[in-house]
This record gives sequence, C-alpha cells and structure tokens, in this order.
Amino acid sequence: MVEHRPLSDFIAYAILTLGVLIVAFPVWLAFVASTHDAATVVGGRMPAMPGTDALENYYRAVFVGGSRTSREPVANMLINSFVSAIGIAVGKIIISILSAYAVVYFRFPFRKTAFWIIFITLMLPVEVRIYPTYKVVADLRMLDTYAGLILPLIASATGTLLFRQFFMTVPDELLEASRIDGAGPFRFFWDTLLPLSVTTIAALFVIQFIYGWNQYLWPLLITTKDSMQTIVIGIKKMLVTTDELAEWQLAMATTVLAMLPPVAVVIFMQRLFVRGLVQTEK
Amino acid sequence: MANVTLRNVRKTYLGGFEAIKGIDFEVGDGQFCVLVGPSGCGKSTLLRMVAGLETITGGEIDIGGRVVNQIEPADRDIAMVFQNYALYPHMSVYNNMAYGLRNRGMPEGEIKTRVEEAARILELGAMLDRKPRQLSGGQRQRVAMGRAIVRQPKVFLFDEPLSNLDAKLRIAMRVEIRKLQRRLSTTSIYVTHDQLEAMTLADILVVMNSGQVEQIGNPLEIYQKPATTFVASFIGAPPMNLMPLRSELQSQLAGDIRAREAGILGIRPEDFVITNDTVSGGVALGLTVEAIERVGAETFVYGTRQQEEQGVAAIPGELPPGEIIVRVPGAVGPAIGERIRAVAARDKLHLFTADGRKRLGD
Repeated sequence: MVEHRPLSDFIAYAILTLGVLIVAFPVWLAFVASTHDAATVVGGRMPAMPGTDALENYYRAVFVGGSRTSREPVANMLINSFVSAIGIAVGKIIISILSAYAVVYFRFPFRKTAFWIIFITLMLPVEVRIYPTYKVVADLRMLDTYAGLILPLIASATGTLLFRQFFMTVPDELLEASRIDGAGPFRFFWDTLLPLSVTTIAALFVIQFIYGWNQYLWPLLITTKDSMQTIVIGIKKMLVTTDELAEWQLAMATTVLAMLPPVAVVIFMQRLFVRGLVQTEK
Repeated sequence: MANVTLRNVRKTYLGGFEAIKGIDFEVGDGQFCVLVGPSGCGKSTLLRMVAGLETITGGEIDIGGRVVNQIEPADRDIAMVFQNYALYPHMSVYNNMAYGLRNRGMPEGEIKTRVEEAARILELGAMLDRKPRQLSGGQRQRVAMGRAIVRQPKVFLFDEPLSNLDAKLRIAMRVEIRKLQRRLSTTSIYVTHDQLEAMTLADILVVMNSGQVEQIGNPLEIYQKPATTFVASFIGAPPMNLMPLRSELQSQLAGDIRAREAGILGIRPEDFVITNDTVSGGVALGLTVEAIERVGAETFVYGTRQQEEQGVAAIPGELPPGEIIVRVPGAVGPAIGERIRAVAARDKLHLFTADGRKRLGD
C-alpha cells in the first residue's frame, strides 16, 4: 500500500496507537508501581503517575533484596540471568554454525540422517524432554550451576536451519576458489564463511539471548539455591507469600530491571538483526 | 611453465552417466587452448578435472610432467578464473589477490610486490582498498585475473570468464586476456561456448560434443576444414549451410569423385556468389529470398530452395530443411520474394558422409 489518503492514514494510525497503548499500559503500570511505597500499591487504588519512592525501591531491590521469601538482591539475579542468557546464545551459535557447516559442506555417510535428527529436535523442546534432561543434569552434578542452566538449552535446530539456509546461498565457486587458494576446511570456515555470516550470527544472537533470558521452567527446576536463581525466577518468588503481603513495589522494580537487557540488545543490534533476517548483502 | 597432457581422460558419475568419454590432447608450453562446445558437452567438467575440483574416474592428467590425478587443487600449481569471479565479498581487492599467497606462507613484502605488479598490469592500482561490491563487472573480472596472475602458476584455467559481461566489454576483455597471456606466456586452458571467442583466442581449439572431442587443431584450419558436420555448423556464424546430397545436387556434382560416398554437402554463407554465370564443377542453387538482415558491412540473405528439396529430415546442426543463408558483402542485396541463383565454386564445397561423422576429400 503506497496510497496516502487522509482517512486511511487516520485509521492506520488509530489502530497502531491502540496497539501501542495495549502493549505499553501494563509496562507503564509496572513502572508506576515500582515508584510508590508498599502501602500505596497494596491499597487497591493504583495511582496513574510515578510516586516518590523510586530511588529507595530500586536501591532495595538491586542491592538488598526483598525482606521475605526471596532474600537475594536483584544485582545477583541479573548476573545469573546474564551469564545464562549469553551462555545459551553463544553456545547455540557455536554449535549450530558448526553443525550446519558439517551438514552443508561435508559429504559423509548418513549426512541426510544427521540433518533430519537435528531437525526433529525442533519438536523436542525442554518442556517435552524435561524428566530425562533433569536426570542427566542431576547425575552429572550440574544442579545449581551455570553449566546446568546453559548446556541443556544450547542444542538448537532453529540455528542450524538458519545457518544451513544461509550457507546454501553462498556460491560453490567461493569454496572452490578457496581450495585453489590453498585454504583447507578450517581456513575456509574461518576466513570466508564466518565473516560472511556476521549478520546471520547477529540475528540469531538477538533471538537466542531473549530466549535464554526469558527461560522460566528450566531454571525453576534446577536451581534451588537463592544465589543461583535468575531474575525471572526471582520475580516469581517475590510474589509467592504464604501469610504476608507481597512486596509488590520491589517485584515491579525487579520486573522493570528484567525488561531492560533484552530491550538494550534489540536496540543495539537492530541494524545487524534486520540485515541478517532480510539477507540483502552477499 | 608447463605442458598439460590429457590421456584417455574419463568421468563417470555415480549414477553411471558418462560426462567425459575418453579425451586425449596436449597443450604445449605457453599455448592458449580453448575448449568450445554447446552447453552440457562436458567442457567445464573437463576443465574442473584439470583444476582438481572434480575427481578423475579414468585416464591421466599430467601438468608439467607430473600426473596430478590425486593431487589437491592447491598443490597442482594452477590458478582458475571463474565465471562469476568468486571474489571473496568481505575482503578488499588487495586481500583478494593476497589471500592465496598468504595461505602459502609467502612473506608479506613479496606479496606486496606481486600484488602491486599485478594491479599495475591490470590497472587496478586505485582500487586496491575497495570491496568487490564497489567495483563494476569489468573491474571484478580484472581482480579475478589478478588473483590468478599473482600466483605465477604453471597453468591458467578460465571457466567462461567473460559470459557475465556486456557485449562491448566482452570484446575488450577478450583482447586483454590474449595480450596478458602472450606477455606472461603461461599455458592456458579456456572454456567457452562462444565460437567467436574460441576462434580469436585459441592457439589450439578443441571442439567438444557430448563428452567427446570432435576436432582438435588450429582455429583457422578447423574453420576451413571441419572434420564433421557438427564442427561445421558449430564453428562460424552464421553457421555453414548443410544440405542432403540428392538428385539435383548429385547431378551437378557428377564430376566430383568425393560425391560418390558423400551424403551431405556443406557450403559457408560467405562462399556463395549471387550470379547467373555458371561455375564449372561448382554448385548452383535456385533460391527464393525469404528474409534479409543488413548489418552494415555485410548482408545476410535467407532463401528457400525449390519445393522438391523441402520436407527432408534435418541432419544434425542443419537449418530448417531447404533454408540457405547467403552472405553478401556491403549493404546491397536482392529484394524479398526475388528469385536468385547462388553459386559456390568447387573448392568451397565441404562434403561429408551421410551420418555427418566424416569429412571427405582434400
């Protein structure tokens, strides 16, 4: 649609604005709640404008932690989330780029089979294989460790597929020219394929960082120590109280903090991310 | 500097398809050999076998006195220019040329000398820092050439290097490639489907068809004495007129001993003269002019022969039955619909056996 009639413009803007409001309202509410004291938030009449307790709430959330169920400061949870999200994103990229390289560029017996086995794992997310995965991680004594948080999540059919599709668009002559130029398989990968894959890597990194950051079920299962919990788990724990009031203002401050890193990643990598998905440059 | 020798080279794919059916030829030191043929004839496959990008399933390829069948492409001392150039898109022009040298562990100083020398020859000096996507087609082509010459290999291999360029640039680059090859006097093998490129570049021309060699030789010799009807119609544009030797033609050629075995007569368009005079021992064809193409320096007249000659089965490479092309110098020619008489002298006639596989006489 390249038409610009005033009425259609108006309708388009109206719908978009409505959508933005629907998405933004809860976020605004969380932000407002994080700037009032506990009594105001629990009082049942949520103010529409930010209050005056922002500094105190955020300071308590980040450095002190809640006074009840979750006693861990958010700074620590942020670090845990960060380590596991980065670990998952980087791990996925390394594993999937290497497996895609093997599947596309090497002729070995059962190559197709290998590819289909990788493909099938698309249908087996953690939620489906949770019991065996838990058992394996527990047997390897990886409960309550970063390795336990990261390793079961890094095998990625999505990434392998994405890289495979990209590699198949790279002209064969480039590989042949490399062979004539005396580059072996490793050099070809490092000198040619990897630099060409930068945008694809960036796109995958953004997607997988957010995927890792938002993990809920798996960290909930395998972390028992407060010092190992991720921020998403931390929020959840702040809200579960037995006979006391939840500290909503701290939970909301934590929520706002939890939203920031994925937003930052998207903003900083936006250009590469879009290029990686539309793949204009060859 | 090296000879390249192919001895009974074969390529059979896993499915049993025979792409190359036993090819022998030798390219002498410093010679420019052109492989030409229609698409799918196996010429690119053969070149890639010399490069080491395709395995050899039979016979031997010898480069500079060394059988290279089992040797990796990088160790064959060859350089290849690809049809789509295959430049590394993320590297500068300089690095594109230097890459192969670095991989061989050449000191950076010598790499610099060689790349700069190549850039000077190819007039790429101002573009060494650019990326391939910032270059025009002709410049990319030159970078691809540069990447080959910095290596100073024993053999250059060209796989249809000009087919991505526009017509004008193609002619300019064709001349440049030839000059460069003369200057470096490096043995070269060049693949093309363009017979004009083949004629103008080659010291030795190898005409291929469906995995076999049809004829090998000096380009002019091949033009003047094509060994088969395939070569006759493939080399030369417009192609040679080929016609079955039947009643009327046979009686015209009664005095020619070659005509006893012959089944097909070939006459090049430029060997006709439009005249009413008789030529002893030659052939005269009565034609009705159907179409005329004037290109300035010459005019092509498309005519059909008398009714009784039409409707015969086409032989390989033949024009539609009964159609004849006559080349007339200059821009003056007959009018459409006019009846003309095209005459060819006896020594301009090419006679072939009925299956087109053998040339008769000479």
